[in-house]
Amino acid sequence: MAPESLGQIFLAAVLANNFVLAMFLGLCPFLGVSARLDTAFPMGIATTFVMLVASLCAFGLNLLLTLFHLEFLRLISYIVVIASAVQLVEMFLKKTSPALFRALGIYLPLITTNCAVLGVALFQTAREYSFAQAMVFSFGGGAGFTLALVLMASVRERLQLSSVPGVAQGTALSLMLAGLLSLAFMGFAGLGG
Amino acid sequence: MSDLAQARTFDEFLEGIWRQNPVFVMVLGMCPTLAVTVSAVNALSMGLATAFVLVCSCGLVSLIRNIVPKEVRIATYIVIIATFVTVVDYVIQAVSLAVYEALGAFIQLIVVNCIILGRAEAHASKHPPLTAMVNALGMSIGFVIGLLALGTVREILGAGTLFGFSLFGANFQPWVVMVLPPGGFIVLGAWLLLFAALKRRKEARLVAPGGGHGA
Repeated sequence: MAPESLGQIFLAAVLANNFVLAMFLGLCPFLGVSARLDTAFPMGIATTFVMLVASLCAFGLNLLLTLFHLEFLRLISYIVVIASAVQLVEMFLKKTSPALFRALGIYLPLITTNCAVLGVALFQTAREYSFAQAMVFSFGGGAGFTLALVLMASVRERLQLSSVPGVAQGTALSLMLAGLLSLAFMGFAGLGG
Repeated sequence: MSDLAQARTFDEFLEGIWRQNPVFVMVLGMCPTLAVTVSAVNALSMGLATAFVLVCSCGLVSLIRNIVPKEVRIATYIVIIATFVTVVDYVIQAVSLAVYEALGAFIQLIVVNCIILGRAEAHASKHPPLTAMVNALGMSIGFVIGLLALGTVREILGAGTLFGFSLFGANFQPWVVMVLPPGGFIVLGAWLLLFAALKRRKEARLVAPGGGHGA
C-alpha cells in the first residue's frame, strides 16, 4: 500500500469514506440514538474514545500475535479488548454523569457490538498502518461517526415539527434520510485520496 | 402432546422468517445488510456465512447455558461467536478467493452482527439446543431472504444483471447510484415503506371486515 500522509487519512476517514454513510459501519447506534441531539453528541464522543482505545490495543496486540504467529486469534482478542474498553467507558460515565448514562441506556454496552469500532481495528490491520497512521485513522473514524450522528440527529429533530405521512414514519423515513445524507457525502469522494 | 410440541417447534422456525424477520421487522444487523448487498451473489454468500455462524453459536450457547455464570455470559457468547466467525473466514478464503475479496472485512464483522448476539441472549440462553437451533435456522433464512431482496433489487437497477447474467442487453443504462452506498439506504427504506403500507392496508381491512368499502 502506498504511503499516505496523516492528513489524507484523516480527511478520508471523516468525509470521503465516512464510516457510517459510505462504509455502513455502526448503523445500529446511528439509527437508534440519533433521535435527539443531546444524546447523539455524547454517544459520538464515547464511541470515538472507545475507538481510540481499541485501536491502540489492537495495534499492540497485532504486533504480539504476529510475533508468535497466532494471527488466527486476532478476531477473538480484538473483540475481548473492545469489550473491556466499553466496560471502562461505562463505569466512567456512570460515576461522572448518571443522567447521560441513563439516556444512552442499552446503546452504551452495545458499543461493543458497534461494527465501527471493530472495523477500525480490522481495517488498520488490513492496511498495515503504522502507529501514528492508526491513531489518526481511528480518531478520524470517530470524528466522522460523530459528525454523521449529529447531522442525522439535527435533521430528525426538525422532522418532529413537520407532518409526515403515517406510513413513512419510523425506520423507513430514517433510512431514506440516511440515503440522502449519504448521497451528499458522495460529493466528498476523492478528497484525501 | 407431541403434536403440540411439534407445532411449537414449527412456530419457532417460522417466527424468524416472517413475523420477526431480522431485516424487515426488527431492523437488526444493518451493517452487513447494506454493505454487501451490491449484488445478489454477495448477498447470498454473506447470508449463508451468517447462517452458519448463527446456527452453530446458538446451538453451543444453548448447550452450555446452565454452566456459564450470569455475569460473564455476554463475554462468553462473544468469544463463541468470534470462534465460529474465524472458522467461516478461513473456509471462505479457501473456497472462493473472489467472494472473500468482495466481502472483505465484512466477514470478520459478522462477529458484531446484532442478530447473532441478540438471538444468543434472547433465545438460545433460555431454550434447549434443538429448539434454539431451529429458531436460529428460521432467523437465518429470514436474514438470507432480506439480503436477497436487497441484493437483487440493487443489482438489477444498478448493473442491469442478476447473479451476473445480463437482463436487459447492451442498451441498458445502469442506475449507478443503486450500487453505491446511498442506494443501499434508499432501497431498504423503500422495502420498509412497502411493508408498512401493506400492513396498514391489512389493518384497515380487519377493522372493517367485508362490507362497507366494497372490499
